[in-house]
Amino acid sequence: MSAFLAWISTLPALAQIPLVLLAFFAVIALLIFFLEVAPRTGRKFTIIRAAACVLIPGLVFLTLGSVLWAAAAATLFGALFFYLDYRSKQGAGYLFQLVGFLSPAIFLLGIGLIYPTIQTTIQAFMNSRGTRFVGLENFIWIFTQDTGIRTVLNTVVWVLIVPVVSTIFGLAYAVFIDKSRGEKFFKVLVFMPMAISFVGASIIWRFVYAVRPAGQEQIGLLNQVVVWLGGEPVSWLSNSPWNTFFLIVVLIWIQTGFAMVILSAAIKGVPLEQLEAAELDGTNAWQRFTNVTVPGIRSSLVVVLTTISIASLKVFDIVRTMTAGANETSVIANEMYSQWQGFEVGRSAAFAVVLFLMVLPIVIYNARQIKKQREIR
Amino acid sequence: MISHHYRRAILPIATLGIASLVLTGCASGSGGTDGAGGPGDAGDADGIVTIYGTIADTEAELLEESWAAWEDENGIDIQYEASKEFEAQISIRAQGGNAPDLAIFPQPGLLADLASRDYIQPAPEGVKANVEEYWSADWANYATTGDTLYGAPLMASVKGFVWYSPAQFAEWGVEVPTTWDELLTLTQTIADETGTAPWCAGFGSDAATGWPGTDWVEDLVLRQAGPETYDKWVSNEIPFSDPAIVSAFDSVGEILLNPEFVNAGFGDVKSIVTTPFGDPARALGDGTCALHHQASFFDGFIQDPKNGNATVGPDADIWAFVTPSVEAGGNAVTGGGEIVGAFSNDEETIKVQEFLSSPEWANTRVKLGGVISANNGLDPASASSPILQQAITILQDPDTTFRFDASDLMPGVVGAGSFWTGMVDWINGKSTEEVLSTIDASWPSE
Repeated sequence: MSAFLAWISTLPALAQIPLVLLAFFAVIALLIFFLEVAPRTGRKFTIIRAAACVLIPGLVFLTLGSVLWAAAAATLFGALFFYLDYRSKQGAGYLFQLVGFLSPAIFLLGIGLIYPTIQTTIQAFMNSRGTRFVGLENFIWIFTQDTGIRTVLNTVVWVLIVPVVSTIFGLAYAVFIDKSRGEKFFKVLVFMPMAISFVGASIIWRFVYAVRPAGQEQIGLLNQVVVWLGGEPVSWLSNSPWNTFFLIVVLIWIQTGFAMVILSAAIKGVPLEQLEAAELDGTNAWQRFTNVTVPGIRSSLVVVLTTISIASLKVFDIVRTMTAGANETSVIANEMYSQWQGFEVGRSAAFAVVLFLMVLPIVIYNARQIKKQREIR
Repeated sequence: MISHHYRRAILPIATLGIASLVLTGCASGSGGTDGAGGPGDAGDADGIVTIYGTIADTEAELLEESWAAWEDENGIDIQYEASKEFEAQISIRAQGGNAPDLAIFPQPGLLADLASRDYIQPAPEGVKANVEEYWSADWANYATTGDTLYGAPLMASVKGFVWYSPAQFAEWGVEVPTTWDELLTLTQTIADETGTAPWCAGFGSDAATGWPGTDWVEDLVLRQAGPETYDKWVSNEIPFSDPAIVSAFDSVGEILLNPEFVNAGFGDVKSIVTTPFGDPARALGDGTCALHHQASFFDGFIQDPKNGNATVGPDADIWAFVTPSVEAGGNAVTGGGEIVGAFSNDEETIKVQEFLSSPEWANTRVKLGGVISANNGLDPASASSPILQQAITILQDPDTTFRFDASDLMPGVVGAGSFWTGMVDWINGKSTEEVLSTIDASWPSE
């Protein structure tokens, strides 16, 4: 992949565009081809399918060099082919197919997910060189010194604020623009930040918060506004604890669009009959919203809240790019990386385990919710 | 029904079990190639030697120019790659098995970290001989971990210069101070004369914000407590919370935490943290700032057209004196430099490493301008500017007590981590005691 991109970058600019587009379309065409052959019977197609299940993850691994992505691709394709096959009720030997299609994915998941999890957990109880068992020492270190406690607390603050605020904003926006004229345009407007990478968004916001001494020209939007209003420029990112909130704004800005799109789709799924019945019973708009719409979209709300919670637990790029954890803004993922970089493998792994334990309840809750819904259906 | 489900699940689980059993067989060492007994053989003689370092832009071009002729003579292609993220990337590349042949380390502490984890090759014979002949024992020590020499120094810089305007000094009728107390008196005098803050400072440097502050503290520790205490501090025999370090912080605070003395041209005390470290060059050049503490490289910033083109020299717009000692006539200076460490030990890599440790290379590079080296085979006349000539004179003077920048010698998590962020917190008003205990807590575990 990088070799291909490096080769492309040596060409003139105008030649690059069609080539990249061509490569993109080639990949899409391949995808469609596989979807096309998936449900057909016959030995030839079976061989093509089986080969695809091995080759595609292999290719993904070679291009991205990441076992996790390869595992994801293998899972996706294995599951997809199997599902399509199963649906077409043509293939005999169901169990044989299940194992045949899923074993590459399970094998790769073993290498890329399960084994590292076990290894990290072991490392968290070892010293930095991995030569001596130190028990809970690394965890004690995290929870007995200022920076460690601060880091965990900051992560908790992120998880408490981002999902709630993003969801409220997203929901309010979705309700207000529902059935309005130009709804599509308004949706695109809010959804746009989703398309920007975290690092890109962080750089944009770092400029927004940029500060220059009083009397000089301000290059930061926010401080220019403050100066216009007759105030002194504030250095937003260096005053704890408020700086963490200024970083949180960035993630809210990114995630609101996501919440809005999902919730907007859910709102459209609330049966009109119920809303009309409520109206005939003499309810006002607010009562209809709280008693009919919200219960109707409860499952989507749970999905949105949990997804954003996990995203804010894992937040790394924003903090790394904007403050690198200085001025008491560090979060667990950032500290994990910094410690590992300084060869403190044990402490780094301990942070990873703490993060894992914090994510776990959210994931379990999410899984149980999905299961409940299945029972209802 | 249940048995049907059970049978459906049993095969994948069995596969998984077998897979994880196979996988646990491959344990991962957290060190080099085989954990014990050094890094083993790495690299091959393919006509290419890769070098990785922090030196970028113009300086990188000069570096490549300095070995261009030698490359043609020896038929070796040296490929240099620069990264501002070197400190972060080198440990990642080493741990990921993707290390360069040679790396130019600005922090001996980082080299020691990697060496003690069996990533770095011991210095070849030729390099050892050059180090013995052309470098002082102090410098050889910075490249030594345990009892093994791991490389040779490359370039050097002298830190702790105080930049000022000779014309302004003449106007106010003040002299260059010879003791720390005189420096404080001078500061008060200038503050009374002008009614504004005399000092400007900037700690901002993206992910490395805070490092200029560590230079202040190191200068004071070396001058107040002496070189022995300084060495103990570096090796953590005495903690940061030791009275010697506390008093150094307090002395620095007499200037940097005093709203009457900082931050000329930029704002209040807290603006030190948000001002990028290169910006005071402009304030010096246009006369809004009278005094600024920074290493010898700063003359490049002062003369940068973007900062107003001031000239540097004893009779020019801006000149510098070394931060004075507690007693008059002190001769202790702090400084920095690079050490070249090798990840490979093929013939070609060894050849390049030997060449870089020779006085021939040092003279070639210094003649191209902008840098100096502590190599004793260096001719002071090669240096390109007055400040560099003065720096070489200081380095080659046998009476000089030279000490390497402490934060560069300390383990990365402290020297390039908690010490930097500690300086930022300290400027932002956290108590000295709290800052120092936080830094102590971050010292690596054994």
